[in-house]
Amino acid sequence: MKVELRVNQTLRVADVEERKTLLDTLREDFKLTGAHAGCEHGVCGACTVLVDGAPVRSCLMFACQADGYEITTIEGLAPAPGELSVIQDAFCETHGMQCGFCTPGMILSAHALLEREDSPTREDIVEAISGNICRCTGYGQIIEAVEFAADRLRKANTPRGIPAPHIGAPRIDPEAGHDAPEEGILEAAAADMPHGGKP
Amino acid sequence: MKPAPFRYVRPATLSEACAALAADEDARIIAGGQTLVPMLAMRLARPTTLVDISRLPGLSGIAREEDALVIGATTRQVLAERSALVASDLPLLAAALPWVGHPPTRNRGTVGGSCANADPSAEIPLVAVTLEAEMVIEDEGGPMPMPADDFFIGPMLTSVPPTGILTAVRFPVWDDARVGVAFHEISARKSDFAFVSAAAQVAIDEEGRCVKLALGIGGVGDRPVKLDVSRLVGTQLDAAAVADAVREATSVLEATSDLHASADYRRRVASVLGARAVSDALADAQVKGSGR
Amino acid sequence: MSAKPSQFRFVSSNRRVREDRRFVAGHGRYVADVVVEGMLHVALVPSRYPAARIISIDGAAALAMPGVHYVLTGEELAGGVDQLMNGLETPNVKRYPLAVGHTRYAGEWIAAVVADTRALAEDAAEKVRVEYEVLPYLTKAEEALDPSSPPVHPAHGSNVLLDKQFVWGEVDKHFAESPRHLSFRVTWGRNSTVPIETFGVTASWDPWREMLDVWASIQMPKYSDQISRALRIPTNSVRVHQDVDVGGSYGVKRGIKHTVLVSYLSRRLNRPVRLLEDRLENMRSGDAHGPERIFDVDIAFNDEGIVKSMKMRALDNAGAYAGRAPFQLGKPIGAIVGPYKIESVAYRAQSVTTNKAVQEAVRGFGQSPTNYAIETAINKVAQACGLDPVEVRRRNFIRKEEFPYLIPSGTHYDSGDYHTVADKVMAHVDYDALKAERDRLRASGMLAGIGIAACLEPSGGNSSFEPLLNEKNTTTTWMDSARINVDGPGFVTVTIHTTSSGQGHETLAATVVAEVLQIDPDRIRVVRPDTLASLPSNSPVGSRMAIMLGGACFHAAEKLKAKFIKIGAHQLGVAPEDATYDTGAVIDVAGGKRIEWADLVNLAHRQFHLLPPDTEPGLEVTHVMQVPTGTKLPENGRVQMYPCHSFEFHCVLVALDPDIGKPEIRRYVIGHDCGTVINPHIVKGMTLGGIAHGIGATLLEEFVYDDEGQMLTQSFMDYLLPSSHEVPEVEIVHHVTPSPFTVFGQKGSGESGYLGAPAAVSGAINDAVADLGITFDKLPIRIYAISDAVAAARAKLNQEKQSA
Repeated sequence: MKVELRVNQTLRVADVEERKTLLDTLREDFKLTGAHAGCEHGVCGACTVLVDGAPVRSCLMFACQADGYEITTIEGLAPAPGELSVIQDAFCETHGMQCGFCTPGMILSAHALLEREDSPTREDIVEAISGNICRCTGYGQIIEAVEFAADRLRKANTPRGIPAPHIGAPRIDPEAGHDAPEEGILEAAAADMPHGGKP
Repeated sequence: MKPAPFRYVRPATLSEACAALAADEDARIIAGGQTLVPMLAMRLARPTTLVDISRLPGLSGIAREEDALVIGATTRQVLAERSALVASDLPLLAAALPWVGHPPTRNRGTVGGSCANADPSAEIPLVAVTLEAEMVIEDEGGPMPMPADDFFIGPMLTSVPPTGILTAVRFPVWDDARVGVAFHEISARKSDFAFVSAAAQVAIDEEGRCVKLALGIGGVGDRPVKLDVSRLVGTQLDAAAVADAVREATSVLEATSDLHASADYRRRVASVLGARAVSDALADAQVKGSGR
Repeated sequence: MSAKPSQFRFVSSNRRVREDRRFVAGHGRYVADVVVEGMLHVALVPSRYPAARIISIDGAAALAMPGVHYVLTGEELAGGVDQLMNGLETPNVKRYPLAVGHTRYAGEWIAAVVADTRALAEDAAEKVRVEYEVLPYLTKAEEALDPSSPPVHPAHGSNVLLDKQFVWGEVDKHFAESPRHLSFRVTWGRNSTVPIETFGVTASWDPWREMLDVWASIQMPKYSDQISRALRIPTNSVRVHQDVDVGGSYGVKRGIKHTVLVSYLSRRLNRPVRLLEDRLENMRSGDAHGPERIFDVDIAFNDEGIVKSMKMRALDNAGAYAGRAPFQLGKPIGAIVGPYKIESVAYRAQSVTTNKAVQEAVRGFGQSPTNYAIETAINKVAQACGLDPVEVRRRNFIRKEEFPYLIPSGTHYDSGDYHTVADKVMAHVDYDALKAERDRLRASGMLAGIGIAACLEPSGGNSSFEPLLNEKNTTTTWMDSARINVDGPGFVTVTIHTTSSGQGHETLAATVVAEVLQIDPDRIRVVRPDTLASLPSNSPVGSRMAIMLGGACFHAAEKLKAKFIKIGAHQLGVAPEDATYDTGAVIDVAGGKRIEWADLVNLAHRQFHLLPPDTEPGLEVTHVMQVPTGTKLPENGRVQMYPCHSFEFHCVLVALDPDIGKPEIRRYVIGHDCGTVINPHIVKGMTLGGIAHGIGATLLEEFVYDDEGQMLTQSFMDYLLPSSHEVPEVEIVHHVTPSPFTVFGQKGSGESGYLGAPAAVSGAINDAVADLGITFDKLPIRIYAISDAVAAARAKLNQEKQSA
């Protein structure tokens, strides 16, 4: 079937089997090979891409489900050819990788974290990358990279993404009577429930 | 590891979705797909049609009603996790959600999907059973409510009829002034399926006496269960009494044994975690009463 | 020659790792990223049974499906290729990429299906009908020793692949003289390195050029030699492309069976053919498991905790074919006494076949299980003597002034300062405070323990274990090479001749060449030619590349420097001895005149008339380097194994809730001495990553087979790799004891964490439960096993109290 996907801010079209995952479509049809197949059953995180800014396993999504979203792959993070984002550069600074196979997914998870949280704690970082398995590094230099990137982003005089609510332990806002629409998530909370009241 | 071929349909309405299910007895619903797709990839599930309900209008969202918080079936777990409404009105679910998979799976996985998948160790079903949530199922005949305890009937098995769709979960909200919750889970790694999980919600009165108590255990048997610890209601939830009551209630649990945890382990730890959950929920309730 | 640390410009400095740039951008080039026009895809038909005769294979229904090109059986393949090498003299343990007539483990490849896409190949593989006659099977090593056990290879006559007894020194005498003895058994569970990238290979045969092009996720010595041998084609008809990034290996990326399979198919079908293992194929039939070993250990010691002698029997469950399993019992002979002055050792190495998947080389090549056994022995000696485990280690350590130290099994350890490293760790961690913290945890109702492990990391790998275990093998050469070319405009390109799987070899080569030539490393290009354009390499095995590739680059750069001096001196009109090289220029020492890089390059490339007599034009040098100390074949069961020996000292605090049983690592400190560090980032990463890997082996990871011979842990849902939640923050304490055998004093560093963490973490758990009278002597130590054992021990104690 024909799918039209927005990938790295470009509309891409492919003719794929229904069973083809977003991962295979990105890699084979769009030649975006930065997302990697590690387990193909949703555990390792090497295939992570951002869907509307949120890290998602591209092996657990079919291409035919992915229309209408803004999909960001690792290829979409570098500001220009040969130029690294602050987070990518931080991973180089601390050597937050070895073989590089998990690295694109790891960086996208870190990117999503730092878009919504400018001063993450070590625990926040650990949680944010916990779905990305790295077999080489033992995570130490990856965590250092994210801490380093957060520091540089805080100090940089550049506009940041709009902060979204904190993930992890809930921080309760007593003023909030209902859910405000949330950035970065497709379905904002809807007040119009289908079955208002008891069925 | 590629799925067997299937047809993909994305109905525009609920009734079209029901019709699509009725048209193919090997059809399956997909919403977030976070547990279904691995099964497809390993060819452990081989539906011939996938009916994608994730964009059906009206199935996503969180709303407060009189005595319940209603969460649409296709509400992403991350939305519930970050919801101020869930945090304030359904703190037990808020406490459980960080234990569901890991962040990327919560970004796609849905509240209803976790329930419909009915993994015995899944966290959201445990909260539903513990709080006696009402599962709203719709088929062509319209919505029908079903108590959570009737909904979950075995490992990966629910009472949803073949052409029915879980559309929402109505979690009762306790309106008592002092409500506390606790959620505990033991797994090999944080994001793994629970060997044992325990969810407790306690309401206490001005004197600190327990007026309501709900305690559920997941991961131990073939489905989440609510324990009968009613004899603790009306007491001060003295630690020793709690431990006794929970031990007694867990001693009859059917426990499964596998590579990662023995049945003995599951039963023993259910008793320990259950008691801790009650005590921690009590402490949480006490904090809430102490001049917040 | 050795350089003094203070003279380094780039070596040991915290420079970035050049490979990282392409990886962070998603521009690594892995085998799955290599697309060859017209390539076909393979899926495998796995054996349903652990042992069966294959009566028939019917591929007709599969072949009839649209898009399906071929169904290959083992019978056909065995007629077209030679069996895979195993290195032992076991001619009747034959191994082919597909099972031939007889399947020997559940999941073994029975047939290969070739189709236009991988998905179609999987669809078709389901349609291949295999008729089996089920045979008896076995999965346990001890059963395999029983002569009446069902033979995995009937023609071989038994399940024993290797049973070799070594006695080094006066073991019986030392045991008789020693006042105290103890005996124990520990078991190392079957785990592996499990890289996140599975193995993959694409082969393309060109019949007009008679050339087989291969792109693979490979880390393997003599890969093309083995391909050519199996396919019966000249090695100069095999071109392995080495500009392929390997997504992790740590030893196991040796898919020779995969490669022979797709190469045969490519020749048969005249199309490029690709096989990328999926995770199920990787886990159950990629033949990349690690050692699974039972150790029976006897120790002779005295009341002071001084260990005199050791008897060790290691029984390894090889799986269905020899693979690299037997040799992984051989390599630990090079460090069989660990860092201790144990005077004599008896070692029995037994390797047996069972109906399980095959082993491949795994990080440490068998050393990690052996270290676990040795360190457990030292802990037990400390416990028996009522001594502190750190103190017992200090008493047994080889002393700094005793190096080079000859161990009983024939290896000289190069250098070390074990006492200082241990002392530094103890000072860093504040051992008394750590013990107080443990006691505080215990008082609060937790179980808490401290684990200590010392370990040696033999490095600079060669293959001395092969002639040691197989007299017919007379290989002593185990080389690596580098080439440097300075082109006409004066730019420097270094070629290295192997693939890398995250070790940063491009950074290593550039750093070393820049150090010698005193030029900016960032301006040096490092490339990897294909194997036909390459000099000899034995790939990054045995923690060897800092020593061997670093050494080859150093010597090549020295040759280049000498050529610069020769050319420059001639131009300056002085003898080469009277000239010197300085930051790219040649200087007349007496007169002070300089001739700069650009001019030297110009002379070499364009002004032959100005070159000294007998000088080759251009600026190209190569160096092929032999392993230091690799000069002799084994004699009387003794051999110099590896040249260099790094040292690590691990100290771990573990706490656990006695009711729950889940161990939490509260503190992890490692003292680390790998001699001169070439790139601190890389060494740090290797150390931390190895520890994470070792934690996995201790607590989480195991390939488990059920009673039916089926593997239970085929996916990442059951084979559990540590995530960021499971790996603690690790503190590293550095020390540098240079090796006298290497150019900068460097040693290897790729294995240390995995070698020491299992002993340290299991030791901490055993310290935590020691008061309950229980021990855990089998890895991995699962949460429920701890909790169940603690509950049983407490019940027993309660009963005793009540009856008392």
